[in-house]
Amino acid sequence: MTEIEISKIIVGLLVLLGAFLSAVSAFGIIRLPDVYTRNHAASKSATLGVISVMLAAFIYFYAEHGHFNSRVILGILFVFFTAPVSGHLISRAAYNSGVKLWDKSVRDDLKNKKK
Amino acid sequence: MKTNDVILQTATKVVSLVIVLFSIRLFFSGHYYAGGGFVGGLMTSAAIVLIMVAYDMKTVRAMLPINYRILIGVGLLTAVSTGLIAVFQGDPFLTHYYGYFDLPILGKTSLHTAALFDLGVYLVVVGVTMTIIQSIGESE
Repeated sequence: MTEIEISKIIVGLLVLLGAFLSAVSAFGIIRLPDVYTRNHAASKSATLGVISVMLAAFIYFYAEHGHFNSRVILGILFVFFTAPVSGHLISRAAYNSGVKLWDKSVRDDLKNKKK
Repeated sequence: MKTNDVILQTATKVVSLVIVLFSIRLFFSGHYYAGGGFVGGLMTSAAIVLIMVAYDMKTVRAMLPINYRILIGVGLLTAVSTGLIAVFQGDPFLTHYYGYFDLPILGKTSLHTAALFDLGVYLVVVGVTMTIIQSIGESE
């Protein structure tokens, strides 16, 4: 097996993994009960899904065409850095504007701190 | 209630640097690849707006003491004087010149006066966007 075929298999697996993780994140947003658990699904799983698809694109263009695209690397780092921060800010905005937790949640450390 | 914005502010410090570098890259790649003065100017003003969201307008004004209305005038002047270079050479208005130069560090580089025109576009876009956002954000 040549190097190009091995890289094609890796690219295919990474694209499938990214699509699967994005689908898992979409199902999580539909099925989970409250804002915080939905935000957990959206910010974590979708980030990894997008990163794997971008990594697959980078490996494809590097192995097939010999083109080192540094913008994709920068995009991976950028998404890896900003998606959790935006998830944190959305969750905090929801908590500060008084969105209730799911009624089966057992811990709320921030509520005890405020009193 | 005073909120604690440590995570947003720390992320802004790193991310705004990346955005500014990418906008400069978009500006300089406009001749051969996708990009140019318009997108570069919009990305630069997006970085400044991100700093405004994370901190406040007083901090940004202390950090970048620029009057954006004057920046619009400087940009328009740059674009018009690029066209006037050709008039003084005896060619029609907005004729562009190019050539290859041996610069000290960069080596053989092709320089084109269209880049100066693009610099004018860049300055006008940054000035207009920041003027709009500042004047909307300041009205109580």
